[in-house]
Amino acid sequence: MKIKKKIPLIDQVNKLGFWGGKFGGNYVPETLKKPIEDLEVLFNKLKNDKRFIAERDKYFKNWIGTPTRFIKLENLTNHVGGAQIWSKVVSDANGGAHKIYNATVHCLLAKRSGKKFIIGDTGAGYAGKMLSMAAKKFGLKCKIFMGAKDIARQQPNVKAMKKNGAEVIPVYSGSQTLVDAVSECMRFWVANCDTTAMCVGSTVGPAVFVRICGWSTSQISRELKVQLIDEFGSVPRKLKLYNCVGGGSSSFGFWNEFMDYDKKQCEFIGVEAGGPAKSKKHAAPLTYGSKIGILHGAAQYVNQDSDGQIEETESISAGLDYPGISPLHCFLKDTKRARYTAASDEDALIAYKTVTKFEKLRPSLEPSHAFSIAIKEAKKLSKDTIVVVNSCGDSYKDREILKKRLGKKYA
Amino acid sequence: MLNPISLAFKKAKQENRAALITYTVAGDSSKKQSLDILKSISKDADILELGVPHNTPVADGSQIQTSAYRAIKNGIKMNDIFKIVKEFKKLNKDKPIILMGYFNMIFQYGESKFLNKCNSSGVNGLIVVDLPWPENIDFARKCKKKSIYFIQLLSPTTTIQRLKKIIRDSHPMNYFISMLSTTGGKLKVSPKDIIKNYNKIKKIDPKKEIVIGFGITGKTIGKLKSADGLVVGSAICKEISKSLKHRQNPVTNVSKLVKKLKSKIL
Repeated sequence: MKIKKKIPLIDQVNKLGFWGGKFGGNYVPETLKKPIEDLEVLFNKLKNDKRFIAERDKYFKNWIGTPTRFIKLENLTNHVGGAQIWSKVVSDANGGAHKIYNATVHCLLAKRSGKKFIIGDTGAGYAGKMLSMAAKKFGLKCKIFMGAKDIARQQPNVKAMKKNGAEVIPVYSGSQTLVDAVSECMRFWVANCDTTAMCVGSTVGPAVFVRICGWSTSQISRELKVQLIDEFGSVPRKLKLYNCVGGGSSSFGFWNEFMDYDKKQCEFIGVEAGGPAKSKKHAAPLTYGSKIGILHGAAQYVNQDSDGQIEETESISAGLDYPGISPLHCFLKDTKRARYTAASDEDALIAYKTVTKFEKLRPSLEPSHAFSIAIKEAKKLSKDTIVVVNSCGDSYKDREILKKRLGKKYA
Repeated sequence: MLNPISLAFKKAKQENRAALITYTVAGDSSKKQSLDILKSISKDADILELGVPHNTPVADGSQIQTSAYRAIKNGIKMNDIFKIVKEFKKLNKDKPIILMGYFNMIFQYGESKFLNKCNSSGVNGLIVVDLPWPENIDFARKCKKKSIYFIQLLSPTTTIQRLKKIIRDSHPMNYFISMLSTTGGKLKVSPKDIIKNYNKIKKIDPKKEIVIGFGITGKTIGKLKSADGLVVGSAICKEISKSLKHRQNPVTNVSKLVKKLKSKIL
């Protein structure tokens, strides 16, 4: 299994949609074969269409707001004492997280295909919030599927979705989190695919959804590359890119533009959600050696029992609380292009405290996982190493959890 | 020897009627009870579909989900399902059984090991909801070697070119999904239109048996009886849920329902 150079990773699939011959694919009910094929044809055409790219860039620039900041965390660097710690503040994007890129592209595609309705899943509520924003912007009716447990713990985003005119549909089956929201959303699409477009909120699902999402979030690394060259004159000799990984959309987008660099120069570190320190449950299939299985249409490493039932996950961050992982990341792991590790709930909370103590930055619980590992590793690295952490979400949505776990002054 | 599935269609044709295919979830609401239900409804059903419950079903509506979650909660495992089939076949060796489920369960068991186990326990056919054509070509071939029918699903969204290719590669039985829906949805297409679509598909290769499923209840089954076979699933799962809620015996109630369904297609 090998990564090819000079071909976008999203396009390194075989005819059936598999990366490395075994990750991804299209394990879908027959009813969805045609709508998925239609979407593939449309996307393959438009992703190389100059006018479509110009349209995308126009909305990215004027509506989402590009580029998001690339800043040095001076105080944190001094405190840690080691590598230089920088952050790509993707939470600057309209709506407060990277999910806006994928949502915007899906709405543009839906418009092109003449669909009037769009549906999506959400965990932390960001994917849903962004889809509701984009749907409103582009005049599409929107339904968001969200686990009942997540609705309870991510109220600010739920309110935002409703304000944008989206219908939020609570999902009560299974663990009542993201995994069930995605299942319910796919079921709705099975029954309504003639009139409705589906947006999968991360680089998961049938192959075309993985590709669309990866294509959309790659905006992050396109900007970062320019910013690095502006700042250092070239891509630094020792660069380490830390990103949290749930489904894997922000991390893939944060790394994509650097894929062809040697990993000695440009290392990718993915941080999964290890769950509560005392619990055996986690959302870290790559770190803890989960077996390959099929979830939501794609073959991937996934938490499951010996029979193949998908296991419940546990994490303080709703956005990482997913038992599977993008086929792209499975491919990056097996080809050893990226390295994966996990941070616990407690680690993430400590990192949040540290970052907010020293910097004017409020990463949500998801990127706090990445900060945790970055801070630990930066200590041992040389001063000429550039550590960049993608702060891909803002902690506003987590204020109830932060208040409960860390006290009022952190809310 | 002819696969018992083909024999069942032959028998129904001799009686000038559609075959009745029931769907129940293995282990719903317990291992024993699901076996008792199979035994009891086998008097009236021609083919028994046994659902392999899975906890992330992307094509099942609420009734079947409820049954599946109930079965999983009560501890059903893949090997228990094979045991249920084997027990059932001890007394009803000619009654065809089809397992219906999602591919991850087969993938984790190991394709060859799974098929061997199907053979030794008496499974005659498989429906794998999320393994469409052409992804299923290799697996379908393996099934054929074991004399197990791999049943292809056909949908209203399947294009005519694709229908032809799927049917060309298919085994003697195929399954037409009546409408755009998860299982058990309200019938949003008239039975007349469903039969019209069905006839179009049937014409591609009249020798292949095609059954219709999704959304069929006691109210609609009679209007679809010109098909080779009709599948009722969610309505039965609903009956089990209802019986449990009212503290009645699901075995008796489901048997009554199946008997009634059968009477409507005679």
